[in-house]
Amino acid sequence: MKVKFTVQDPCQIVRKSYGDAIAEDLRFVVKSVVGEQNFIDMQPNRSNNYCCGGGGGFLQSGYKDERLKYGQLKDNQIQVTQADYCIAGCHNCHAQIHELSEHYGGHYGVVHLWTLICLSLGILGPNEREYLNDDLKEVNVFHPETAM
Amino acid sequence: MTQQPIALGAKKSNTFMDKVKEILPEGGNLNLCLTCGACSSGCPATGLENMDPRKFLRMAALGMDEEIRKSKWVWMCSMCQRCIYVCPMQINIPQLVFNARALWPREARPKGILGSCDMALRNDSTSAMGTSPEDFTFVVEDVLEEYREAQPEFAEMQAPIDKQGAEFFLNQNSREPVTEPDEMVPLWKILHLAGADWTYGSKGWAGENYCMFLADDEAWKHITTTTANQADALGCKTFLNTE
Repeated sequence: MKVKFTVQDPCQIVRKSYGDAIAEDLRFVVKSVVGEQNFIDMQPNRSNNYCCGGGGGFLQSGYKDERLKYGQLKDNQIQVTQADYCIAGCHNCHAQIHELSEHYGGHYGVVHLWTLICLSLGILGPNEREYLNDDLKEVNVFHPETAM
Repeated sequence: MTQQPIALGAKKSNTFMDKVKEILPEGGNLNLCLTCGACSSGCPATGLENMDPRKFLRMAALGMDEEIRKSKWVWMCSMCQRCIYVCPMQINIPQLVFNARALWPREARPKGILGSCDMALRNDSTSAMGTSPEDFTFVVEDVLEEYREAQPEFAEMQAPIDKQGAEFFLNQNSREPVTEPDEMVPLWKILHLAGADWTYGSKGWAGENYCMFLADDEAWKHITTTTANQADALGCKTFLNTE
Protein backbone atom coordinates (compact mmCIF):
# COMPACT_ATOMS: atom_id res chain seq x y z
CA MET A 1 0.00 0.00 0.00
CA LYS A 2 3.07 2.22 0.31
CA VAL A 3 1.74 3.94 3.43
CA LYS A 4 4.69 5.38 5.37
CA PHE A 5 5.00 5.93 9.10
CA THR A 6 7.22 7.88 11.41
CA VAL A 7 7.18 7.86 15.20
CA GLN A 8 7.34 10.54 17.86
CA ASP A 9 9.67 9.56 20.71
CA PRO A 10 7.79 10.75 23.79
CA CYS A 11 10.14 12.90 25.90
CA GLN A 12 8.62 11.53 29.07
CA ILE A 13 9.20 7.89 28.24
CA VAL A 14 12.46 8.10 26.30
CA ARG A 15 14.70 11.01 27.29
CA LYS A 16 13.26 11.57 30.77
CA SER A 17 12.75 7.95 31.89
CA TYR A 18 14.14 4.90 30.10
CA GLY A 19 16.50 6.33 27.50
CA ASP A 20 17.42 5.00 24.08
CA ALA A 21 16.78 1.38 25.01
CA ILE A 22 13.03 1.93 25.12
CA ALA A 23 13.21 3.94 21.89
CA GLU A 24 14.62 0.78 20.30
CA ASP A 25 11.77 -1.27 21.79
CA LEU A 26 9.33 1.22 20.33
CA ARG A 27 10.91 0.85 16.88
CA PHE A 28 10.86 -2.93 17.15
CA VAL A 29 7.11 -2.83 17.73
CA VAL A 30 6.44 -0.19 15.10
CA LYS A 31 8.50 -1.96 12.41
CA SER A 32 6.88 -5.30 13.27
CA VAL A 33 3.47 -3.71 12.82
CA VAL A 34 3.92 -1.51 9.73
CA GLY A 35 6.81 -3.31 8.02
CA GLU A 36 10.39 -2.11 8.16
CA GLN A 37 10.26 -0.73 4.61
CA ASN A 38 7.36 1.52 5.60
CA PHE A 39 9.06 3.13 8.55
CA ILE A 40 11.13 6.30 8.41
CA ASP A 41 12.73 8.06 11.37
CA MET A 42 12.63 11.79 12.01
CA GLN A 43 15.94 13.56 12.49
CA PRO A 44 17.02 14.01 15.23
CA ASN A 45 15.38 11.19 17.15
CA ARG A 46 15.39 8.97 20.24
CA SER A 47 16.76 10.82 23.30
CA ASN A 48 17.77 13.67 21.05
CA ASN A 49 14.27 14.17 19.71
CA TYR A 50 12.50 17.52 19.89
CA CYS A 51 9.49 17.94 22.15
CA CYS A 52 6.32 18.51 20.10
CA GLY A 53 5.05 21.24 22.41
CA GLY A 54 2.19 19.26 23.92
CA GLY A 55 3.94 18.61 27.22
CA GLY A 56 4.38 20.50 30.46
CA GLY A 57 0.80 21.74 30.48
CA PHE A 58 1.32 23.77 27.30
CA LEU A 59 -1.93 22.42 25.80
CA GLN A 60 -3.94 24.02 28.60
CA SER A 61 -1.83 27.10 29.19
CA GLY A 62 -3.82 29.37 26.89
CA TYR A 63 -0.76 30.39 24.86
CA LYS A 64 -1.99 28.81 21.66
CA ASP A 65 -0.06 30.92 19.11
CA GLU A 66 3.17 30.31 20.96
CA ARG A 67 2.40 26.60 21.23
CA LEU A 68 1.90 26.32 17.48
CA LYS A 69 5.09 28.30 16.87
CA TYR A 70 6.93 25.97 19.23
CA GLY A 71 5.54 22.98 17.32
CA GLN A 72 6.66 24.25 13.92
CA LEU A 73 10.01 22.52 14.40
CA LYS A 74 8.22 19.21 15.00
CA ASP A 75 5.91 19.73 12.04
CA ASN A 76 8.89 20.40 9.77
CA GLN A 77 10.63 17.27 11.06
CA ILE A 78 7.56 15.17 10.24
CA GLN A 79 6.87 16.74 6.85
CA VAL A 80 10.44 16.17 5.70
CA THR A 81 10.01 12.42 6.26
CA GLN A 82 7.01 12.50 3.87
CA ALA A 83 5.35 9.98 6.16
CA ASP A 84 1.57 9.55 5.85
CA TYR A 85 1.25 9.01 9.60
CA CYS A 86 3.02 10.03 12.75
CA ILE A 87 2.61 7.48 15.52
CA ALA A 88 2.22 9.14 18.92
CA GLY A 89 2.51 7.00 22.01
CA CYS A 90 1.67 9.83 24.36
CA HIS A 91 -1.66 11.64 24.70
CA ASN A 92 -0.26 15.12 24.87
CA CYS A 93 1.87 14.44 21.79
CA HIS A 94 -1.16 13.02 20.00
CA ALA A 95 -3.27 16.10 20.62
CA GLN A 96 -0.52 18.57 19.77
CA ILE A 97 0.78 16.84 16.63
CA HIS A 98 -2.77 16.35 15.37
CA GLU A 99 -3.28 20.08 15.66
CA LEU A 100 0.08 20.77 13.98
CA SER A 101 -0.91 18.57 11.05
CA GLU A 102 -4.10 20.62 10.55
CA HIS A 103 -2.58 24.01 11.25
CA TYR A 104 0.46 23.74 8.99
CA GLY A 105 -1.41 21.87 6.28
CA GLY A 106 0.64 18.67 6.30
CA HIS A 107 -2.51 16.60 6.80
CA TYR A 108 -0.57 13.54 7.87
CA GLY A 109 -2.48 11.27 10.21
CA VAL A 110 -1.63 11.02 13.90
CA VAL A 111 -2.34 7.63 15.45
CA HIS A 112 -2.04 5.86 18.74
CA LEU A 113 0.22 2.81 18.68
CA TRP A 114 -2.60 0.61 20.00
CA THR A 115 -4.64 1.38 16.87
CA LEU A 116 -1.92 0.09 14.56
CA ILE A 117 -1.15 -2.98 16.65
CA CYS A 118 -4.82 -4.01 16.48
CA LEU A 119 -5.02 -3.13 12.77
CA SER A 120 -2.05 -5.37 12.03
CA LEU A 121 -3.60 -8.19 14.07
CA GLY A 122 -6.85 -7.87 12.13
CA ILE A 123 -8.87 -7.07 15.25
CA LEU A 124 -9.59 -3.36 14.74
CA GLY A 125 -13.32 -2.76 14.48
CA PRO A 126 -15.05 -0.07 12.44
CA ASN A 127 -15.63 2.20 15.43
CA GLU A 128 -12.03 2.14 16.63
CA ARG A 129 -10.67 4.06 13.64
CA GLU A 130 -11.16 7.68 14.65
CA TYR A 131 -7.57 8.58 13.76
CA LEU A 132 -7.10 6.57 10.58
CA ASN A 133 -7.31 8.49 7.30
CA ASP A 134 -9.18 7.31 4.20
CA ASP A 135 -6.21 5.23 3.05
CA LEU A 136 -6.61 2.85 6.01
CA LYS A 137 -10.19 3.44 7.13
CA GLU A 138 -11.58 0.47 5.19
CA VAL A 139 -8.57 -1.82 5.44
CA ASN A 140 -9.00 -5.18 7.16
CA VAL A 141 -12.04 -4.15 9.19
CA PHE A 142 -12.95 -6.49 12.06
CA HIS A 143 -16.73 -7.07 12.25
CA PRO A 144 -17.62 -4.43 9.67
CA GLU A 145 -21.32 -5.13 10.28
CA THR A 146 -21.05 -3.36 13.65
CA ALA A 147 -20.24 0.04 12.15
CA MET A 148 -22.04 2.85 13.95
CA MET B 1 49.38 42.61 41.99
CA THR B 2 46.82 43.80 44.46
CA GLN B 3 46.79 42.29 47.92
CA GLN B 4 43.13 43.04 48.46
CA PRO B 5 40.34 41.20 46.69
CA ILE B 6 38.19 43.44 44.55
CA ALA B 7 34.77 43.75 46.10
CA LEU B 8 31.89 44.04 43.69
CA GLY B 9 29.02 46.35 44.52
CA ALA B 10 26.25 43.78 44.47
CA LYS B 11 25.21 42.60 47.88
CA LYS B 12 25.23 38.94 48.71
CA SER B 13 21.58 38.09 48.71
CA ASN B 14 19.34 35.08 48.76
CA THR B 15 18.32 35.11 45.12
CA PHE B 16 15.76 32.91 43.40
CA MET B 17 18.59 30.84 41.92
CA ASP B 18 20.19 30.36 45.34
CA LYS B 19 16.92 29.01 46.67
CA VAL B 20 16.49 26.59 43.76
CA LYS B 21 20.09 25.38 44.20
CA GLU B 22 19.32 24.49 47.79
CA ILE B 23 16.59 22.04 46.85
CA LEU B 24 18.29 20.32 43.90
CA PRO B 25 20.87 17.53 44.06
CA GLU B 26 24.29 19.04 43.29
CA GLY B 27 22.52 22.40 43.19
CA GLY B 28 21.25 21.42 39.76
CA ASN B 29 24.73 22.40 38.50
CA LEU B 30 23.23 25.85 38.07
CA ASN B 31 26.59 27.54 38.63
CA LEU B 32 28.41 25.59 35.95
CA CYS B 33 27.17 27.25 32.76
CA LEU B 34 29.84 27.71 30.08
CA THR B 35 27.40 29.83 28.01
CA CYS B 36 27.99 27.56 25.01
CA GLY B 37 24.37 27.81 23.88
CA ALA B 38 23.83 24.13 23.08
CA CYS B 39 20.64 24.33 25.14
CA SER B 40 19.16 27.24 23.24
CA SER B 41 20.14 26.05 19.78
CA GLY B 42 18.14 22.85 20.22
CA CYS B 43 15.21 24.25 22.17
CA PRO B 44 11.88 24.62 20.36
CA ALA B 45 10.93 27.38 22.84
CA THR B 46 13.90 29.54 21.87
CA GLY B 47 12.66 32.90 20.67
CA LEU B 48 9.24 32.76 22.29
CA GLU B 49 8.71 35.77 24.56
CA ASN B 50 12.19 36.91 23.46
CA MET B 51 13.63 34.21 25.72
CA ASP B 52 15.72 31.06 25.52
CA PRO B 53 17.15 28.62 28.11
CA ARG B 54 20.62 30.14 28.25
CA LYS B 55 19.24 33.64 28.65
CA PHE B 56 16.84 32.48 31.36
CA LEU B 57 19.70 30.88 33.28
CA ARG B 58 21.94 33.96 32.89
CA MET B 59 19.15 36.18 34.17
CA ALA B 60 18.73 33.94 37.19
CA ALA B 61 22.50 33.89 37.78
CA LEU B 62 22.56 37.68 37.67
CA GLY B 63 19.80 37.84 40.27
CA MET B 64 17.25 39.39 37.91
CA ASP B 65 14.50 37.89 40.03
CA GLU B 66 11.83 40.44 39.16
CA GLU B 67 12.20 39.74 35.43
CA ILE B 68 12.22 35.99 36.11
CA ARG B 69 9.07 36.33 38.15
CA LYS B 70 7.27 38.14 35.35
CA SER B 71 8.32 36.00 32.39
CA LYS B 72 5.46 34.18 30.73
CA TRP B 73 8.06 32.00 29.03
CA VAL B 74 8.01 29.61 31.99
CA TRP B 75 4.61 28.44 30.69
CA MET B 76 6.00 27.93 27.17
CA CYS B 77 8.92 25.75 28.18
CA SER B 78 7.53 22.21 28.30
CA MET B 79 10.35 21.07 30.61
CA CYS B 80 11.19 18.39 28.05
CA GLN B 81 14.80 18.26 29.32
CA ARG B 82 16.45 18.32 25.93
CA CYS B 83 18.57 21.21 27.21
CA ILE B 84 19.97 19.06 30.00
CA TYR B 85 20.52 16.17 27.63
CA VAL B 86 22.78 18.24 25.34
CA CYS B 87 24.39 20.32 28.10
CA PRO B 88 28.08 19.50 28.74
CA MET B 89 27.53 20.44 32.39
CA GLN B 90 24.13 18.81 32.87
CA ILE B 91 22.54 21.99 34.12
CA ASN B 92 18.98 21.57 35.33
CA ILE B 93 17.28 24.50 33.61
CA PRO B 94 13.86 22.78 33.60
CA GLN B 95 13.86 22.73 37.41
CA LEU B 96 14.66 26.41 37.37
CA VAL B 97 11.62 26.89 35.13
CA PHE B 98 9.42 24.69 37.31
CA ASN B 99 10.32 26.66 40.41
CA ALA B 100 9.80 29.94 38.55
CA ARG B 101 6.25 28.79 37.80
CA ALA B 102 5.76 28.43 41.53
CA LEU B 103 6.68 32.10 42.01
CA TRP B 104 3.38 33.09 40.39
CA PRO B 105 0.44 33.52 42.79
CA ARG B 106 -1.66 30.39 42.31
CA GLU B 107 -4.70 32.28 41.00
CA ALA B 108 -2.55 34.14 38.46
CA ARG B 109 -1.27 30.95 36.82
CA PRO B 110 -2.80 29.96 33.44
CA LYS B 111 -6.53 29.37 33.88
CA GLY B 112 -6.60 26.17 31.82
CA ILE B 113 -3.92 24.47 33.88
CA LEU B 114 -5.36 25.81 37.14
CA GLY B 115 -8.87 24.66 36.23
CA SER B 116 -7.64 21.18 35.25
CA CYS B 117 -5.79 20.86 38.55
CA ASP B 118 -8.79 21.99 40.57
CA MET B 119 -11.03 19.54 38.71
CA ALA B 120 -8.65 16.72 39.65
CA LEU B 121 -8.92 17.70 43.31
CA ARG B 122 -12.72 17.41 43.30
CA ASN B 123 -12.94 13.67 43.77
CA ASP B 124 -10.90 10.46 44.00
CA SER B 125 -10.70 9.96 40.22
CA THR B 126 -7.93 12.58 39.97
CA SER B 127 -9.37 13.37 36.54
CA ALA B 128 -8.62 16.77 35.01
CA MET B 129 -12.10 16.57 33.51
CA GLY B 130 -13.75 16.14 36.90
CA THR B 131 -15.27 12.77 36.02
CA SER B 132 -16.46 10.84 39.07
CA PRO B 133 -15.41 7.25 39.88
CA GLU B 134 -19.05 6.20 39.32
CA ASP B 135 -19.17 7.69 35.83
CA PHE B 136 -15.86 6.09 34.91
CA THR B 137 -17.05 2.69 36.14
CA PHE B 138 -20.29 3.04 34.22
CA VAL B 139 -18.55 3.90 30.94
CA VAL B 140 -15.99 1.11 31.21
CA GLU B 141 -18.61 -1.54 32.00
CA ASP B 142 -20.96 -0.28 29.31
CA VAL B 143 -18.32 -0.22 26.57
CA LEU B 144 -16.94 -3.61 27.61
CA GLU B 145 -20.36 -5.24 27.45
CA GLU B 146 -21.03 -3.71 24.06
CA TYR B 147 -17.81 -5.04 22.57
CA ARG B 148 -18.09 -8.48 24.12
CA GLU B 149 -21.39 -8.86 22.30
CA ALA B 150 -20.44 -7.19 19.02
CA GLN B 151 -17.11 -8.99 18.65
CA PRO B 152 -17.64 -12.55 19.99
CA GLU B 153 -13.93 -13.37 19.66
CA PHE B 154 -13.55 -11.03 22.63
CA ALA B 155 -16.48 -12.36 24.67
CA GLU B 156 -14.04 -13.19 27.49
CA MET B 157 -12.24 -9.84 27.44
CA GLN B 158 -11.96 -8.09 30.82
CA ALA B 159 -11.64 -4.47 31.89
CA PRO B 160 -11.54 -4.82 35.67
CA ILE B 161 -11.80 -2.00 38.17
CA ASP B 162 -10.26 -2.58 41.61
CA LYS B 163 -9.29 -6.18 40.94
CA GLN B 164 -7.42 -7.29 44.04
CA GLY B 165 -3.99 -8.77 43.41
CA ALA B 166 -3.77 -7.91 39.70
CA GLU B 167 -0.22 -7.81 38.35
CA PHE B 168 -0.60 -4.48 36.55
CA PHE B 169 -2.27 -1.27 37.71
CA LEU B 170 -3.21 0.67 34.60
CA ASN B 171 -4.23 4.30 34.46
CA GLN B 172 -6.15 5.99 31.69
CA ASN B 173 -6.19 9.47 30.21
CA SER B 174 -9.63 11.00 30.88
CA ARG B 175 -10.07 11.90 27.24
CA GLU B 176 -11.01 8.35 26.28
CA PRO B 177 -13.73 7.49 28.80
CA VAL B 178 -15.17 10.99 28.59
CA THR B 179 -15.04 11.91 24.90
CA GLU B 180 -14.07 8.87 22.80
CA PRO B 181 -14.72 5.65 24.75
CA ASP B 182 -14.18 3.38 21.73
CA GLU B 183 -10.51 4.36 21.87
CA MET B 184 -10.13 2.41 25.14
CA VAL B 185 -10.89 -0.85 23.39
CA PRO B 186 -7.75 -1.50 21.29
CA LEU B 187 -5.61 -1.39 24.42
CA TRP B 188 -7.97 -3.78 26.23
CA LYS B 189 -7.73 -6.16 23.29
CA ILE B 190 -3.94 -6.13 23.30
CA LEU B 191 -3.86 -6.79 27.06
CA HIS B 192 -6.40 -9.57 26.62
CA LEU B 193 -4.42 -11.30 23.85
CA ALA B 194 -1.22 -10.93 25.84
CA GLY B 195 -2.90 -12.59 28.82
CA ALA B 196 -2.04 -9.66 31.07
CA ASP B 197 -3.57 -9.64 34.54
CA TRP B 198 -4.45 -5.96 34.95
CA THR B 199 -6.85 -3.57 36.61
CA TYR B 200 -7.92 0.04 36.68
CA GLY B 201 -8.48 1.66 40.07
CA SER B 202 -11.74 3.35 41.03
CA LYS B 203 -9.48 5.88 42.76
CA GLY B 204 -6.68 7.53 40.86
CA TRP B 205 -7.59 6.01 37.50
CA ALA B 206 -6.91 9.23 35.60
CA GLY B 207 -3.36 9.46 34.32
CA GLU B 208 -3.01 13.18 33.70
CA ASN B 209 -1.62 15.42 36.44
CA TYR B 210 -2.12 19.11 35.71
CA CYS B 211 -1.34 20.00 39.30
CA MET B 212 2.26 19.08 38.52
CA PHE B 213 2.30 21.42 35.52
CA LEU B 214 0.74 24.08 37.74
CA ALA B 215 3.75 23.76 40.05
CA ASP B 216 1.39 23.19 42.97
CA ASP B 217 3.52 20.76 44.97
CA GLU B 218 0.95 19.84 47.61
CA ALA B 219 -1.73 19.19 45.03
CA TRP B 220 0.36 17.12 42.66
CA LYS B 221 1.63 15.09 45.54
CA HIS B 222 -1.98 14.45 46.55
CA ILE B 223 -2.84 13.28 43.02
CA THR B 224 0.16 10.98 42.76
CA THR B 225 -0.34 9.63 46.27
CA THR B 226 -3.99 8.86 45.58
CA THR B 227 -3.18 6.72 42.57
CA ALA B 228 -0.08 5.09 44.07
CA ASN B 229 -2.00 4.22 47.25
CA GLN B 230 -4.76 2.62 45.24
CA ALA B 231 -2.26 0.46 43.35
CA ASP B 232 -0.71 -0.55 46.69
CA ALA B 233 -4.08 -1.23 48.31
CA LEU B 234 -4.93 -3.60 45.46
CA GLY B 235 -1.57 -5.34 45.82
CA CYS B 236 -0.55 -4.59 42.23
CA LYS B 237 3.10 -5.24 41.43
CA THR B 238 3.57 -2.97 38.42
CA PHE B 239 2.20 0.50 37.77
CA LEU B 240 1.56 1.07 34.07
CA ASN B 241 1.36 4.74 33.29
CA THR B 242 -0.27 5.19 29.91
CA GLU B 243 -0.02 8.94 30.14
